[in-house]
Amino acid sequence: MRLAALLCALAAALAAPAGAVAAAPKASLVDIEDEVMCVTCKIPLNIAESDQADRERALIRGMIAKGLDKPRIKAALVQEYGDGVLALPDSGGFGLSAYAVPFALLAVLAGGLALLLPSWRRRSPAGIADDSAARLSDDDARRLDDDLVQYD
Amino acid sequence: MKRVALAIVCAVIGLALVGLLGYGLVSRSDDTSIEQAVAEGKRPPAPSRELPLLGAKGTRSLADLRGQVVVLNFWASWCDPCKAEAPVLASAQRRLQREGKGTVLGVTYQDATSDSLDFVKKYGIDYPNVRDIGTKLAEQYGTRRLPETFVIDAQGRVADLNRGQISQQRLDRALDTALR
Repeated sequence: MRLAALLCALAAALAAPAGAVAAAPKASLVDIEDEVMCVTCKIPLNIAESDQADRERALIRGMIAKGLDKPRIKAALVQEYGDGVLALPDSGGFGLSAYAVPFALLAVLAGGLALLLPSWRRRSPAGIADDSAARLSDDDARRLDDDLVQYD
Repeated sequence: MKRVALAIVCAVIGLALVGLLGYGLVSRSDDTSIEQAVAEGKRPPAPSRELPLLGAKGTRSLADLRGQVVVLNFWASWCDPCKAEAPVLASAQRRLQREGKGTVLGVTYQDATSDSLDFVKKYGIDYPNVRDIGTKLAEQYGTRRLPETFVIDAQGRVADLNRGQISQQRLDRALDTALR
């Protein structure tokens, strides 16, 4: 009886990895559609409505049915249509600006802050002190002095 | 002083961004250099690129066909005028084969292999076809719309071109010029 239980447990343990593989998430059209382009309409496939977009969707569905995962489907699409099928800017020429401009703007912003922050810091404490001093009336100032004497 | 420097830096960067935008617009405009040269009666060299054959192993380029007249036709299975002009190209292929002077070379444009093969079968295309993956060759010819046909002479120069569906008369005339 114990031996049978042990064998069952062993079989279950061996079956677990196979089950895990079988349960691995399959690629889905919805997941891929927003990462690829309709190559003739030049817009992302998830918002494209054209014969070509439908052909690309059919192609992707076919690959999903064959059990291909997302990276392999995208690689196969590149083999069919070239890099332009991926919803990414070109990695050369003018397309590089899509990557470079955000970094350039961040650098400018950081430079501007580095330049302006020290002067703002220097100005702020003096301004606050001046304002508060101007706002105290003579009576208040006298009362404050009286109070402070009690703590000496 | 620092404020002035900051304003200058911002202005320079702003101008650079505007310049970049201008460059982007100019660089993406259609390349019409071949068209202009042919219109002026010149025969510019035909761009060549090694491309994979459709439905067969190996590659083919225009350079491989030097010494022959080549009718280079950009097409796709999803392009309706390409279907309409298929008989015209088949006729040109028959003529070139009969005279032993050259061939039609089809170039698929943003088309899935299986769709292209179905098209070839359906229209009985018997000339070689290559796949222009990523449309690099098409870009060299300034091709952005389909179909487009370029007639290339035996010296590898563009003798004539037609952007859009080509007629039998137009292609016959272009071949007469290239074969002369």
